[in-house]
Amino acid sequence: MSVTVTIPTPLRGFTGGRDEVQLPGSTVGDVLAGLLAAHTGLARHLVQDDGRLRNFVNLYLNDTDIRQLDSTDTAVRDGDTLTIVPSIAGGGPAVETELPALSHAELLRYSRHLLLPEVGVEGQRKLKAARVLTIGAGGLGSPLALYLAAAGVGTIGIVDFDVVDLTNLQRQIIHGTGTLGQSKLASAKARLADLNPNIKVETYEARLTSENALDIIREYDIVVDGTDNFPTRYLVNDACVLLKKPNAYGSIFRFEGQASLFYAQEGPCYRCLYSEPPPPGLVPSCAEGGVLGVLPGIIGSIQALETIKWIIGAGDTLIGRLVLFDALKLRFRELKLRKDPDCPICGANPTIHELIDYQAFCGIGAEPDYTGLEIGVEDFRREWDTKGDDVVLVDVREPHEWEIVHIDGARLIPLSALPDRLGELDGHAEIVTHCHHGARSMKALEILRAAGFTKVRSLAGGIDAWAERIEAGMARY
Amino acid sequence: MSLRLPGALADEIRRHGELAYPAECCGVMAGKVEPSGRKEVLRLVPAVNRRTDDPHRYLIAPDELRRHEALLRADGLEIVGYYHSHPDHPAAPSAFDVEHAWPWYSYLIVRIDQGRGADLASWTLDEERPVMHPESLDVLSEV
Repeated sequence: MSVTVTIPTPLRGFTGGRDEVQLPGSTVGDVLAGLLAAHTGLARHLVQDDGRLRNFVNLYLNDTDIRQLDSTDTAVRDGDTLTIVPSIAGGGPAVETELPALSHAELLRYSRHLLLPEVGVEGQRKLKAARVLTIGAGGLGSPLALYLAAAGVGTIGIVDFDVVDLTNLQRQIIHGTGTLGQSKLASAKARLADLNPNIKVETYEARLTSENALDIIREYDIVVDGTDNFPTRYLVNDACVLLKKPNAYGSIFRFEGQASLFYAQEGPCYRCLYSEPPPPGLVPSCAEGGVLGVLPGIIGSIQALETIKWIIGAGDTLIGRLVLFDALKLRFRELKLRKDPDCPICGANPTIHELIDYQAFCGIGAEPDYTGLEIGVEDFRREWDTKGDDVVLVDVREPHEWEIVHIDGARLIPLSALPDRLGELDGHAEIVTHCHHGARSMKALEILRAAGFTKVRSLAGGIDAWAERIEAGMARY
Repeated sequence: MSLRLPGALADEIRRHGELAYPAECCGVMAGKVEPSGRKEVLRLVPAVNRRTDDPHRYLIAPDELRRHEALLRADGLEIVGYYHSHPDHPAAPSAFDVEHAWPWYSYLIVRIDQGRGADLASWTLDEERPVMHPESLDVLSEV
């Protein structure tokens, strides 16, 4: 039996320039052995020391890769053609490093992952090699850092500057009653080390700013954005676009959440979705608006999921898709996102080439100067005691907040109803407005002043400051 | 060994590398071989990098290579070598490049410096030893 072996150009130097060689044999292995014997010098390029084909050498019997047949045991027939086809591979020296190995203890710990072909040992080693940065150790940061650590992500960086507060524990499950008052970083690090001592946790006790963001993010493969404010969200987005890193995004408010994977290299970024931030004060924070504690658990877990999928390269990512979740209706919806060709940072002609002032971009520094319009709780207490009913205290919070706690003698007019209820207020009286922490109270002040009220001030720090410094024993929330 | 490369094609290789940055680009160089052994590149075929797991690796799959080869042969061209980029690394072969190199082909490497295409160099494998040697590269300017 005779088989035709076609020789690719790069190997013709070893066959006297011939592009075809006729060889006998009954299997691919026979023919190959005959070829190597007849043309010394070929072996070095085609087979390893143990005689097996090198991994970038492909043999096609007629039109089928022999790996899909019986490899070198595949039978050949008279007139068959065996073609040598190169795979062309290579690459820069940057990652000559191999993926880290897994210890016996790690193999056991991750056994439920290893059983999944989509993860397997290689995926688990990729997780071990991965470096993930989470911005914030709060509502979203808690579940996602816990799941990333449990999944065996080798290095987790966390940026936060807050301390654990009692109001956090309704949702921030990485912290506990035992760590109240500690820094969130110390609390989170201890919990993650207990969950998985095989991983490394790197902490950054700082607010992420335009000055430090690039240096911190540069060190990581992927960023998970668990921030609760617009300036930081735009900052994280822009830094990720500039550094060509993916950003697993999530946000929550009251009963609703959203998540996506922003990666300008392959799809849209956050600015393609929201080119401009909302006016300051329009969207209340969770501290003002409230949030259902389970909600960040769901959205943060989606962020962790997307991060893990991206690292191991499994499944369909959320790139180009925005998932919207409504907890009350228990409904997920999905929006298709397109890359905006006019996006100021990832579009065809970007206008942003470096990080900017995100406080100013979000209009936060541009708020009117309130100096003189606020009154401290101690000063107010004294004035109220002397002037009595000539000073009216207006509580602009919502009725359900009034039910939690209120200051005796105050009048409830929620901010949302204030424009319609201005008639209830005496235009000659001195008015002091208050809310929970002082932000909505300032909005109320603007409404009152625009309506012609002149003797209006806002209680600095809101009812929370009052409870802390004036009425000890009053409930706080 | 030497390789002739029209300036426009050299620019095209740099652009491909810039687009792929920070990952690596790769592609096929097709052309003619003179009786002296000197190769001239007449056409580039950007290839799909099959290594999506690691930005510092490239792989052109054998099926794709066979397809390109058949199409090029129909136009009277043959594959004379391959190009790929080294993001933020010199235009010299890595140990991984050498280990996977085939004899005879020209391996052109373009350095991409912070996203900008930089210098080019072409290399061939020593037929006896696992090392690569630079070959003379003539980048032809436009006439």
